[in-house]
Amino acid sequence: MKKIDVEINGKRISKEIPDHTLLSDFLRNILNLTGTHIGCDTSQCGACVVHVNGRSIKSCTAFATDLNGSKITTIEGLAKNGKMHPMQEAFKKMHGLQCGFCTPGMVMSAIDLLKNKKNPSDKEIRDWLEGNICRCTGYQNIVAAVKEAASKM
Amino acid sequence: MKTFNYHSAKDVKEASKLASSSSAFLAGGMTTIPSMKLGLATYKNIIDIKGIKKLSGIKVSGKAVTIGATTKHAEVANSKEIKKAIPSLAALAEGIGDPQVRNRGTIGGSIANNDPAADYPSACIALNAVIHTNSRKIDAEKFFKGMFETVLKSGEIIEAIEFQVPQKSNYQKFPNPASRYAIVGVYVAKHKNGINVAVTGAKSCVYNDKDLAKTLSSNFSAASINNVRVSSSGMNSDIHASAEYRANMVKVFAKKAVEAC
Repeated sequence: MKKIDVEINGKRISKEIPDHTLLSDFLRNILNLTGTHIGCDTSQCGACVVHVNGRSIKSCTAFATDLNGSKITTIEGLAKNGKMHPMQEAFKKMHGLQCGFCTPGMVMSAIDLLKNKKNPSDKEIRDWLEGNICRCTGYQNIVAAVKEAASKM
Repeated sequence: MKTFNYHSAKDVKEASKLASSSSAFLAGGMTTIPSMKLGLATYKNIIDIKGIKKLSGIKVSGKAVTIGATTKHAEVANSKEIKKAIPSLAALAEGIGDPQVRNRGTIGGSIANNDPAADYPSACIALNAVIHTNSRKIDAEKFFKGMFETVLKSGEIIEAIEFQVPQKSNYQKFPNPASRYAIVGVYVAKHKNGINVAVTGAKSCVYNDKDLAKTLSSNFSAASINNVRVSSSGMNSDIHASAEYRANMVKVFAKKAVEAC
């Protein structure tokens, strides 16, 4: 067991957890933050993407113990005072989701893209979302949503 | 996943001391963690070396680019200094996996793992790299032994990789559309003292194609490669590409790299 101290969505959290706990399991099973989804559990699909110290990572492929002292943001941490994040608004407006399973990861990944590039091209968006798989939309509206968000952020 | 004890090492000495036949060093964990989850690897002890400050960072001089072992792919891809000194190296890092892999995965981890389809080993061969460990300096040509195998000994830790700045260079790969690993990748580098044509993805281990290098030494042009015969003997053959196809792709991507130099 290891004790870890992290900041999750602005809240300080201190827990004792088994050494081999994955960040995805820590979030979902211990903290009940089930907005972070586990799709493939083998680092392919990207449904589990969260931000650690501002950068996107796949939470199914990181040990929580290894992130001691980090600042973590999950999909639950995006809305402020009941108002959705511009990326969430854009996904809603442009119909960037159907079943919604991949959406938390898509949104977290896309926000990281806009931190790197303010106005990405279609190709840059598609390249960046290489690690996020959606089996419903065909990606057209996801790309449209990211462009919409880029114009608002 | 089987349980293990997690240690965060504060320096290289401590990390090396903790190492045993049932331990693994953890940097980005982009291969180690999936392997453990799938039960392909089990360890009693995981020794995290990410917290060791000395192992991270980028140093550029006129002749060399030295990258700390735990430097992440995204840091290499975005480094203005590397983009200026060896643009092909920054571009290679930008093409690894997906953004989340690039935000976590490290150059030292990639090289220590020596995946036959990884990108960085080809950069080491093409750019006459010297691998600095906690006990010695190893020329890249001697470092990569075979599939997932290097000359690293138990407890030996890569500290930094020193690349020679070439006169010109380029890396071109045919990425697997799902993983972005190289089905075939060719890194061409022209140095003052010779040309290297490092090939990854094609065989069980990265190699320097001496025939292509010799041809390019007498005539550095894509057209000159047309007359070189690349044998399919010893090439990988799988659902993605046959050995014969890979042999042809070595030529195709060598030409592309020369053209883009």
